[in-house]
Amino acid sequence: MDECPSSASVVDEGIFLLGGEMTLKGRHLLDPSDFSLEELSEIFELADSIINDPASFSEKCKGKILATLFYEPSTRTRFSFEAAMLRLGGQVIGFSEPSSSSVAKGESIADTIRTIACYADIAVMRNPKEGAPRIASMYASIPVINAGDGGHQHPTQTLADLLTIRSVKHSLDNLTIGCCGDLKFGRTIHSLIKALGRYKNNAFVLVSPKELQVPEYILNEVLNKGQLPFKQVEKLEEVISELDILYMTRVQKERFFNEEDYIRLKDSYILDNEKMKHARPDMIVLHPLPRVNEIAYEVDDDPRAFYFQQAKFGMFVRMALILKLLGVE
Amino acid sequence: MIDHIKAGMGIKIFHNLNLDRADYKVALIMNVPSQKMGKKDIIKIENEIDIDYAVLGLIDPNITVNIIEEEKITEKRNLQLPDRVVNIITCKNPRCITSVEKYVDHAFYLSNISKGEYRCLYCDEVYAVQEK
Repeated sequence: MDECPSSASVVDEGIFLLGGEMTLKGRHLLDPSDFSLEELSEIFELADSIINDPASFSEKCKGKILATLFYEPSTRTRFSFEAAMLRLGGQVIGFSEPSSSSVAKGESIADTIRTIACYADIAVMRNPKEGAPRIASMYASIPVINAGDGGHQHPTQTLADLLTIRSVKHSLDNLTIGCCGDLKFGRTIHSLIKALGRYKNNAFVLVSPKELQVPEYILNEVLNKGQLPFKQVEKLEEVISELDILYMTRVQKERFFNEEDYIRLKDSYILDNEKMKHARPDMIVLHPLPRVNEIAYEVDDDPRAFYFQQAKFGMFVRMALILKLLGVE
Repeated sequence: MIDHIKAGMGIKIFHNLNLDRADYKVALIMNVPSQKMGKKDIIKIENEIDIDYAVLGLIDPNITVNIIEEEKITEKRNLQLPDRVVNIITCKNPRCITSVEKYVDHAFYLSNISKGEYRCLYCDEVYAVQEK
Protein backbone atom coordinates (compact mmCIF):
# COMPACT_ATOMS: atom_id res chain seq x y z
CA MET A 1 0.00 0.00 0.00
CA ASP A 2 1.22 3.47 -0.84
CA GLU A 3 0.80 6.26 1.61
CA CYS A 4 -0.56 9.55 0.44
CA PRO A 5 1.34 12.71 1.17
CA SER A 6 -1.67 14.71 2.35
CA SER A 7 -3.76 14.22 5.47
CA ALA A 8 -5.37 10.84 5.83
CA SER A 9 -8.97 10.45 6.81
CA VAL A 10 -11.68 7.88 6.48
CA VAL A 11 -14.51 10.29 7.14
CA ASP A 12 -14.88 12.92 4.53
CA GLU A 13 -18.54 12.93 3.75
CA GLY A 14 -18.56 15.84 1.33
CA ILE A 15 -16.50 14.16 -1.32
CA PHE A 16 -18.95 11.28 -1.59
CA LEU A 17 -22.14 13.32 -1.51
CA LEU A 18 -23.05 13.49 -5.16
CA GLY A 19 -26.50 12.81 -6.60
CA GLY A 20 -29.41 11.44 -4.67
CA GLU A 21 -31.53 14.54 -5.23
CA MET A 22 -35.17 14.30 -6.20
CA THR A 23 -35.16 16.47 -9.30
CA LEU A 24 -32.96 16.54 -12.36
CA LYS A 25 -32.56 20.32 -12.26
CA GLY A 26 -29.01 21.29 -11.34
CA ARG A 27 -27.78 17.70 -11.32
CA HIS A 28 -24.67 16.33 -13.01
CA LEU A 29 -24.53 13.34 -15.33
CA LEU A 30 -21.26 11.47 -14.80
CA ASP A 31 -22.34 7.84 -14.92
CA PRO A 32 -25.48 6.37 -16.54
CA SER A 33 -26.49 4.95 -13.17
CA ASP A 34 -26.60 8.45 -11.64
CA PHE A 35 -30.23 8.60 -12.73
CA SER A 36 -33.02 6.31 -11.60
CA LEU A 37 -35.13 4.45 -14.16
CA GLU A 38 -37.94 6.93 -13.50
CA GLU A 39 -35.61 9.85 -14.18
CA LEU A 40 -34.35 8.21 -17.37
CA SER A 41 -37.94 7.68 -18.39
CA GLU A 42 -38.64 11.39 -17.81
CA ILE A 43 -35.77 12.27 -20.15
CA PHE A 44 -36.93 9.83 -22.82
CA GLU A 45 -40.50 11.12 -22.67
CA LEU A 46 -39.25 14.66 -23.13
CA ALA A 47 -37.06 13.46 -26.03
CA ASP A 48 -40.20 11.93 -27.59
CA SER A 49 -41.95 15.29 -27.35
CA ILE A 50 -38.98 17.01 -28.99
CA ILE A 51 -38.92 14.43 -31.80
CA ASN A 52 -42.64 14.90 -32.39
CA ASP A 53 -42.53 18.70 -32.40
CA PRO A 54 -39.00 20.13 -32.53
CA ALA A 55 -40.24 23.59 -33.47
CA SER A 56 -41.94 24.08 -30.14
CA PHE A 57 -38.57 23.64 -28.39
CA SER A 58 -36.55 25.90 -30.66
CA GLU A 59 -36.43 28.82 -28.23
CA LYS A 60 -36.53 27.01 -24.91
CA CYS A 61 -32.89 27.78 -24.13
CA LYS A 62 -32.81 31.33 -25.44
CA GLY A 63 -30.31 33.26 -23.34
CA LYS A 64 -28.65 30.10 -22.04
CA ILE A 65 -25.05 29.13 -22.77
CA LEU A 66 -23.55 25.66 -23.03
CA ALA A 67 -19.78 25.34 -22.50
CA THR A 68 -18.07 22.47 -24.32
CA LEU A 69 -14.76 21.60 -22.66
CA PHE A 70 -13.13 19.05 -24.92
CA TYR A 71 -9.66 18.03 -23.74
CA GLU A 72 -9.34 15.59 -26.63
CA PRO A 73 -10.69 15.68 -30.14
CA SER A 74 -14.22 14.45 -30.75
CA THR A 75 -16.27 15.40 -33.73
CA ARG A 76 -19.60 13.76 -33.32
CA THR A 77 -20.14 14.05 -29.58
CA ARG A 78 -19.20 17.73 -29.57
CA PHE A 79 -21.28 18.45 -32.66
CA SER A 80 -24.19 16.54 -31.18
CA PHE A 81 -24.12 18.64 -28.01
CA GLU A 82 -23.62 21.87 -29.92
CA ALA A 83 -26.42 21.04 -32.35
CA ALA A 84 -28.65 20.12 -29.41
CA MET A 85 -28.09 23.48 -27.70
CA LEU A 86 -28.42 25.47 -30.93
CA ARG A 87 -31.68 23.68 -31.75
CA LEU A 88 -32.96 24.72 -28.35
CA GLY A 89 -32.17 28.35 -29.14
CA GLY A 90 -29.18 28.53 -26.80
CA GLN A 91 -25.57 29.41 -27.54
CA VAL A 92 -22.31 27.55 -27.24
CA ILE A 93 -18.80 28.48 -26.08
CA GLY A 94 -15.83 26.23 -25.48
CA PHE A 95 -12.69 24.63 -26.80
CA SER A 96 -12.19 21.52 -28.87
CA GLU A 97 -8.62 20.78 -27.86
CA PRO A 98 -6.69 21.83 -24.78
CA SER A 99 -3.88 23.49 -26.74
CA SER A 100 -6.25 26.32 -27.66
CA SER A 101 -7.24 27.03 -24.05
CA SER A 102 -5.86 28.02 -20.66
CA VAL A 103 -5.39 24.30 -20.02
CA ALA A 104 -2.23 24.53 -22.13
CA LYS A 105 -0.89 26.94 -19.50
CA GLY A 106 -1.40 24.28 -16.87
CA GLU A 107 -4.72 25.37 -15.39
CA SER A 108 -6.38 22.77 -13.19
CA ILE A 109 -9.81 21.34 -13.91
CA ALA A 110 -11.09 22.84 -10.68
CA ASP A 111 -10.08 26.35 -11.76
CA THR A 112 -11.24 25.90 -15.34
CA ILE A 113 -14.74 24.80 -14.34
CA ARG A 114 -15.11 27.50 -11.69
CA THR A 115 -14.22 30.14 -14.27
CA ILE A 116 -16.43 28.63 -16.97
CA ALA A 117 -19.32 28.52 -14.48
CA CYS A 118 -19.15 32.33 -14.39
CA TYR A 119 -19.95 32.45 -18.10
CA ALA A 120 -22.07 29.41 -18.90
CA ASP A 121 -25.21 27.77 -17.54
CA ILE A 122 -24.20 24.17 -18.20
CA ALA A 123 -20.94 22.43 -19.14
CA VAL A 124 -20.05 19.35 -21.13
CA MET A 125 -16.63 17.81 -20.60
CA ARG A 126 -14.62 15.24 -22.49
CA ASN A 127 -11.26 14.35 -21.04
CA PRO A 128 -8.88 11.46 -21.72
CA LYS A 129 -8.32 11.06 -17.98
CA GLU A 130 -10.83 8.88 -16.18
CA GLY A 131 -12.83 10.68 -13.52
CA ALA A 132 -12.06 14.21 -14.77
CA PRO A 133 -15.74 15.20 -15.10
CA ARG A 134 -16.35 14.06 -11.51
CA ILE A 135 -13.71 16.48 -10.30
CA ALA A 136 -15.29 19.21 -12.40
CA SER A 137 -18.67 18.41 -10.84
CA MET A 138 -17.20 18.80 -7.36
CA TYR A 139 -16.13 22.35 -8.07
CA ALA A 140 -18.89 23.44 -10.43
CA SER A 141 -21.90 25.54 -9.54
CA ILE A 142 -23.52 24.53 -12.84
CA PRO A 143 -24.51 21.07 -14.15
CA VAL A 144 -21.64 19.06 -15.62
CA ILE A 145 -22.21 16.38 -18.24
CA ASN A 146 -19.58 13.73 -18.86
CA ALA A 147 -19.06 13.48 -22.61
CA GLY A 148 -16.53 10.66 -22.25
CA ASP A 149 -13.66 10.20 -19.80
CA GLY A 150 -11.04 7.87 -21.24
CA GLY A 151 -12.13 4.26 -21.21
CA HIS A 152 -14.40 4.87 -18.23
CA GLN A 153 -17.86 6.31 -18.96
CA HIS A 154 -19.76 7.94 -21.79
CA PRO A 155 -23.25 8.30 -20.32
CA THR A 156 -24.90 10.33 -23.07
CA GLN A 157 -23.95 7.65 -25.59
CA THR A 158 -25.81 5.23 -23.34
CA LEU A 159 -28.81 7.56 -23.24
CA ALA A 160 -28.70 7.73 -27.05
CA ASP A 161 -28.58 3.93 -27.25
CA LEU A 162 -31.47 3.52 -24.83
CA LEU A 163 -33.62 6.12 -26.58
CA THR A 164 -32.97 4.45 -29.95
CA ILE A 165 -33.89 1.00 -28.62
CA ARG A 166 -36.94 2.36 -26.80
CA SER A 167 -38.12 4.21 -29.92
CA VAL A 168 -37.57 1.36 -32.36
CA LYS A 169 -38.41 -1.66 -30.18
CA HIS A 170 -41.02 0.24 -28.10
CA SER A 171 -39.60 -1.20 -24.89
CA LEU A 172 -36.42 -1.58 -22.91
CA ASP A 173 -37.52 -4.93 -21.43
CA ASN A 174 -37.52 -8.54 -22.70
CA LEU A 175 -34.69 -8.08 -25.20
CA THR A 176 -31.80 -10.26 -26.29
CA ILE A 177 -28.89 -7.93 -26.90
CA GLY A 178 -25.86 -9.03 -28.86
CA CYS A 179 -22.67 -7.05 -28.29
CA CYS A 180 -19.99 -7.70 -30.88
CA GLY A 181 -16.36 -6.65 -31.31
CA ASP A 182 -14.13 -5.05 -28.71
CA LEU A 183 -15.95 -5.80 -25.49
CA LYS A 184 -12.87 -5.36 -23.32
CA PHE A 185 -12.00 -1.74 -23.95
CA GLY A 186 -15.34 -0.55 -25.33
CA ARG A 187 -16.80 1.71 -22.66
CA THR A 188 -20.06 2.08 -24.60
CA ILE A 189 -20.61 -1.66 -24.29
CA HIS A 190 -19.91 -1.68 -20.56
CA SER A 191 -22.31 1.18 -19.98
CA LEU A 192 -24.95 -0.38 -22.21
CA ILE A 193 -24.81 -3.74 -20.41
CA LYS A 194 -25.08 -1.96 -17.06
CA ALA A 195 -27.94 0.21 -18.28
CA LEU A 196 -29.99 -2.53 -19.98
CA GLY A 197 -29.31 -4.84 -17.04
CA ARG A 198 -31.49 -2.51 -14.95
CA TYR A 199 -34.53 -3.31 -17.06
CA LYS A 200 -36.61 -6.50 -16.91
CA ASN A 201 -35.84 -9.84 -18.59
CA ASN A 202 -32.97 -8.75 -20.79
CA ALA A 203 -30.37 -11.29 -21.93
CA PHE A 204 -26.92 -10.68 -23.35
CA VAL A 205 -24.93 -12.48 -26.02
CA LEU A 206 -21.32 -11.35 -25.94
CA VAL A 207 -19.48 -11.95 -29.19
CA SER A 208 -15.75 -11.27 -29.19
CA PRO A 209 -12.36 -12.85 -29.59
CA LYS A 210 -11.02 -14.22 -26.30
CA GLU A 211 -8.53 -11.35 -26.10
CA LEU A 212 -11.31 -8.76 -26.14
CA GLN A 213 -13.95 -10.30 -23.87
CA VAL A 214 -15.78 -8.12 -21.34
CA PRO A 215 -13.67 -7.38 -18.25
CA GLU A 216 -14.04 -9.37 -15.06
CA TYR A 217 -15.86 -6.61 -13.23
CA ILE A 218 -18.66 -6.52 -15.81
CA LEU A 219 -18.97 -10.30 -15.56
CA ASN A 220 -18.90 -10.38 -11.76
CA GLU A 221 -20.48 -7.15 -10.66
CA VAL A 222 -23.08 -6.65 -13.38
CA LEU A 223 -23.96 -9.92 -15.14
CA ASN A 224 -23.41 -12.45 -12.36
CA LYS A 225 -24.43 -10.19 -9.49
CA GLY A 226 -27.60 -9.13 -11.29
CA GLN A 227 -28.26 -12.75 -12.30
CA LEU A 228 -28.60 -11.60 -15.89
CA PRO A 229 -28.68 -14.35 -18.51
CA PHE A 230 -25.66 -14.13 -20.80
CA LYS A 231 -23.32 -16.18 -22.92
CA GLN A 232 -19.92 -15.51 -24.42
CA VAL A 233 -19.22 -16.75 -27.94
CA GLU A 234 -16.56 -16.18 -30.55
CA LYS A 235 -18.56 -16.30 -33.77
CA LEU A 236 -21.31 -13.89 -34.73
CA GLU A 237 -22.78 -16.28 -37.32
CA GLU A 238 -23.68 -18.78 -34.61
CA VAL A 239 -25.86 -16.40 -32.61
CA ILE A 240 -27.09 -13.64 -34.91
CA SER A 241 -30.46 -15.37 -35.42
CA GLU A 242 -31.20 -15.13 -31.65
CA LEU A 243 -30.81 -11.38 -31.35
CA ASP A 244 -33.27 -8.49 -31.02
CA ILE A 245 -30.43 -5.99 -31.08
CA LEU A 246 -26.95 -6.30 -32.51
CA TYR A 247 -24.62 -3.66 -31.10
CA MET A 248 -21.42 -3.53 -33.14
CA THR A 249 -18.27 -1.83 -31.92
CA ARG A 250 -15.05 -0.70 -33.47
CA VAL A 251 -11.81 -2.33 -32.47
CA GLN A 252 -10.15 0.90 -31.33
CA LYS A 253 -6.52 1.28 -32.19
CA GLU A 254 -5.88 3.71 -29.32
CA ARG A 255 -6.98 1.11 -26.75
CA PHE A 256 -4.21 -1.28 -27.80
CA PHE A 257 -0.74 -1.15 -26.36
CA ASN A 258 0.55 -3.24 -29.21
CA GLU A 259 0.00 -2.51 -32.91
CA GLU A 260 0.52 -6.15 -33.88
CA ASP A 261 -2.46 -7.22 -31.78
CA TYR A 262 -4.58 -4.47 -33.31
CA ILE A 263 -3.81 -5.54 -36.86
CA ARG A 264 -4.44 -9.18 -36.03
CA LEU A 265 -7.85 -8.57 -34.44
CA LYS A 266 -9.35 -5.55 -36.18
CA ASP A 267 -11.00 -7.44 -39.02
CA SER A 268 -12.23 -10.34 -36.90
CA TYR A 269 -15.83 -9.27 -36.65
CA ILE A 270 -17.25 -7.66 -39.73
CA LEU A 271 -21.00 -7.51 -40.29
CA ASP A 272 -22.05 -7.95 -43.92
CA ASN A 273 -25.17 -8.87 -45.88
CA GLU A 274 -24.30 -12.55 -45.72
CA LYS A 275 -24.46 -12.52 -41.93
CA MET A 276 -27.56 -10.29 -41.98
CA LYS A 277 -29.40 -13.01 -43.93
CA HIS A 278 -29.51 -15.08 -40.77
CA ALA A 279 -30.78 -12.27 -38.54
CA ARG A 280 -34.41 -11.81 -37.55
CA PRO A 281 -36.46 -9.46 -39.72
CA ASP A 282 -37.01 -7.18 -36.72
CA MET A 283 -33.45 -7.24 -35.35
CA ILE A 284 -31.82 -3.83 -35.33
CA VAL A 285 -28.15 -3.01 -35.82
CA LEU A 286 -26.63 -0.27 -33.69
CA HIS A 287 -23.14 1.21 -33.58
CA PRO A 288 -21.81 4.17 -31.57
CA LEU A 289 -19.85 5.41 -34.65
CA PRO A 290 -17.42 6.15 -36.12
CA ARG A 291 -17.10 2.80 -37.83
CA VAL A 292 -13.96 1.66 -39.54
CA ASN A 293 -14.79 -1.53 -41.37
CA GLU A 294 -16.73 -3.58 -38.83
CA ILE A 295 -19.97 -2.95 -40.70
CA ALA A 296 -19.74 -3.32 -44.48
CA TYR A 297 -21.23 -0.38 -46.40
CA GLU A 298 -23.67 -2.77 -48.09
CA VAL A 299 -25.45 -3.17 -44.73
CA ASP A 300 -26.29 0.57 -44.67
CA ASP A 301 -29.18 -0.03 -47.07
CA ASP A 302 -30.67 -2.77 -44.92
CA PRO A 303 -33.79 -1.41 -43.13
CA ARG A 304 -32.49 -3.01 -39.94
CA ALA A 305 -29.44 -0.72 -39.90
CA PHE A 306 -30.22 2.00 -37.36
CA TYR A 307 -26.80 3.47 -36.58
CA PHE A 308 -27.34 6.77 -38.34
CA GLN A 309 -30.77 7.22 -36.78
CA GLN A 310 -29.02 6.40 -33.50
CA ALA A 311 -26.83 9.49 -33.97
CA LYS A 312 -29.96 11.57 -34.46
CA PHE A 313 -31.58 10.09 -31.38
CA GLY A 314 -28.35 11.04 -29.60
CA MET A 315 -28.92 14.69 -30.41
CA PHE A 316 -32.57 14.53 -29.29
CA VAL A 317 -31.71 12.87 -26.01
CA ARG A 318 -29.01 15.50 -25.38
CA MET A 319 -31.60 18.21 -26.03
CA ALA A 320 -33.88 16.59 -23.45
CA LEU A 321 -31.00 16.21 -21.01
CA ILE A 322 -29.97 19.86 -21.31
CA LEU A 323 -33.56 20.97 -20.72
CA LYS A 324 -33.93 18.73 -17.68
CA LEU A 325 -30.61 19.70 -16.07
CA LEU A 326 -31.31 23.38 -16.66
CA GLY A 327 -34.84 22.97 -15.36
CA VAL A 328 -36.29 24.46 -18.54
CA GLU A 329 -39.35 22.80 -20.03
CA MET B 1 -1.38 -3.29 21.94
CA ILE B 2 -1.88 -3.88 18.24
CA ASP B 3 -1.71 -7.61 17.74
CA HIS B 4 -1.90 -10.14 14.90
CA ILE B 5 -0.17 -7.89 12.42
CA LYS B 6 1.03 -9.82 9.42
CA ALA B 7 4.80 -10.23 9.73
CA GLY B 8 6.51 -7.41 7.88
CA MET B 9 3.52 -5.06 8.02
CA GLY B 10 4.30 -3.73 11.50
CA ILE B 11 6.75 -1.13 10.26
CA LYS B 12 4.16 0.22 7.85
CA ILE B 13 1.56 0.61 10.57
CA PHE B 14 4.20 2.10 12.84
CA HIS B 15 4.80 4.85 10.29
CA ASN B 16 1.13 5.19 9.39
CA LEU B 17 0.23 5.96 13.00
CA ASN B 18 3.18 8.39 13.20
CA LEU B 19 4.64 6.36 16.05
CA ASP B 20 8.16 7.18 14.90
CA ARG B 21 7.48 10.68 16.22
CA ALA B 22 5.90 9.57 19.51
CA ASP B 23 7.19 11.04 22.78
CA TYR B 24 5.89 8.10 24.82
CA LYS B 25 7.04 4.49 25.03
CA VAL B 26 6.41 2.51 21.89
CA ALA B 27 7.72 -0.89 20.86
CA LEU B 28 7.57 -2.61 17.51
CA ILE B 29 8.24 -6.31 17.86
CA MET B 30 8.74 -8.17 14.64
CA ASN B 31 8.50 -11.84 13.73
CA VAL B 32 6.94 -12.98 16.98
CA PRO B 33 6.13 -16.73 16.85
CA SER B 34 2.37 -17.25 16.49
CA GLN B 35 0.34 -20.48 16.51
CA LYS B 36 -2.27 -18.98 14.22
CA MET B 37 -0.06 -17.04 11.85
CA GLY B 38 3.34 -18.69 12.03
CA LYS B 39 4.90 -15.35 12.83
CA LYS B 40 3.45 -11.94 13.42
CA ASP B 41 4.34 -8.38 14.32
CA ILE B 42 3.13 -6.60 17.45
CA ILE B 43 3.12 -2.93 18.39
CA LYS B 44 2.93 -1.96 22.04
CA ILE B 45 1.99 1.61 22.85
CA GLU B 46 2.23 2.86 26.42
CA ASN B 47 -0.24 5.65 26.07
CA GLU B 48 -3.85 6.35 25.21
CA ILE B 49 -3.86 7.48 21.63
CA ASP B 50 -6.61 8.01 19.12
CA ILE B 51 -6.20 5.17 16.70
CA ASP B 52 -7.94 5.36 13.38
CA TYR B 53 -9.34 1.83 13.45
CA ALA B 54 -10.65 2.12 9.93
CA VAL B 55 -7.17 2.87 8.64
CA LEU B 56 -5.81 -0.15 10.46
CA GLY B 57 -8.66 -2.27 9.10
CA LEU B 58 -7.78 -1.20 5.63
CA ILE B 59 -4.13 -2.12 6.06
CA ASP B 60 -4.96 -5.51 7.49
CA PRO B 61 -8.46 -6.51 8.67
CA ASN B 62 -6.98 -9.42 10.66
CA ILE B 63 -5.37 -7.08 13.16
CA THR B 64 -6.74 -6.94 16.70
CA VAL B 65 -6.37 -4.03 19.08
CA ASN B 66 -6.17 -4.86 22.76
CA ILE B 67 -6.65 -2.16 25.38
CA ILE B 68 -4.58 -3.09 28.41
CA GLU B 69 -5.03 -1.48 31.78
CA GLU B 70 -2.97 -2.57 34.80
CA GLU B 71 -1.64 -5.55 32.87
CA LYS B 72 -5.12 -6.87 32.03
CA ILE B 73 -6.85 -6.82 28.67
CA THR B 74 -9.95 -4.68 29.26
CA GLU B 75 -11.11 -4.52 25.67
CA LYS B 76 -10.44 -6.44 22.47
CA ARG B 77 -11.38 -4.87 19.20
CA ASN B 78 -11.64 -6.62 15.86
CA LEU B 79 -11.34 -4.40 12.86
CA GLN B 80 -13.68 -3.85 9.97
CA LEU B 81 -13.20 -2.42 6.55
CA PRO B 82 -14.37 1.19 6.41
CA ASP B 83 -17.04 2.11 3.83
CA ARG B 84 -14.97 4.97 2.50
CA VAL B 85 -11.36 6.00 2.67
CA VAL B 86 -9.73 9.27 1.75
CA ASN B 87 -6.00 9.76 1.25
CA ILE B 88 -4.96 6.42 2.67
CA ILE B 89 -4.51 4.50 -0.54
CA THR B 90 -3.68 5.95 -3.92
CA CYS B 91 -5.11 5.06 -7.28
CA LYS B 92 -2.70 3.03 -9.41
CA ASN B 93 -4.55 3.59 -12.70
CA PRO B 94 -2.26 5.73 -14.87
CA ARG B 95 -5.32 6.96 -16.76
CA CYS B 96 -7.01 8.19 -13.57
CA ILE B 97 -7.40 11.95 -13.23
CA THR B 98 -5.80 11.79 -9.77
CA SER B 99 -2.49 11.04 -11.52
CA VAL B 100 -2.60 14.55 -13.00
CA GLU B 101 -4.62 16.79 -10.70
CA LYS B 102 -2.50 16.59 -7.58
CA TYR B 103 -4.75 18.68 -5.33
CA VAL B 104 -7.51 16.07 -5.51
CA ASP B 105 -8.11 13.71 -2.59
CA HIS B 106 -7.61 10.04 -3.32
CA ALA B 107 -11.04 8.68 -2.44
CA PHE B 108 -12.15 5.05 -2.47
CA TYR B 109 -15.44 3.37 -1.60
CA LEU B 110 -15.95 -0.23 -0.44
CA SER B 111 -17.44 -2.01 -3.46
CA ASN B 112 -17.27 -5.65 -2.40
CA ILE B 113 -17.09 -6.37 1.29
CA SER B 114 -16.62 -10.14 0.96
CA LYS B 115 -13.68 -9.72 -1.41
CA GLY B 116 -12.37 -6.67 0.43
CA GLU B 117 -12.44 -4.61 -2.73
CA TYR B 118 -12.43 -0.86 -2.97
CA ARG B 119 -12.99 1.25 -6.04
CA CYS B 120 -11.56 4.63 -6.88
CA LEU B 121 -14.30 7.26 -6.67
CA TYR B 122 -13.10 8.81 -9.93
CA CYS B 123 -12.11 5.99 -12.28
CA ASP B 124 -13.53 2.87 -10.51
CA GLU B 125 -10.13 1.17 -10.48
CA VAL B 126 -10.16 -1.71 -8.03
CA TYR B 127 -7.97 -1.78 -4.95
CA ALA B 128 -8.02 -5.16 -3.22
CA VAL B 129 -7.29 -5.34 0.48
CA GLN B 130 -5.80 -8.67 1.50
CA GLU B 131 -8.50 -11.22 2.26
CA LYS B 132 -9.68 -11.62 5.80
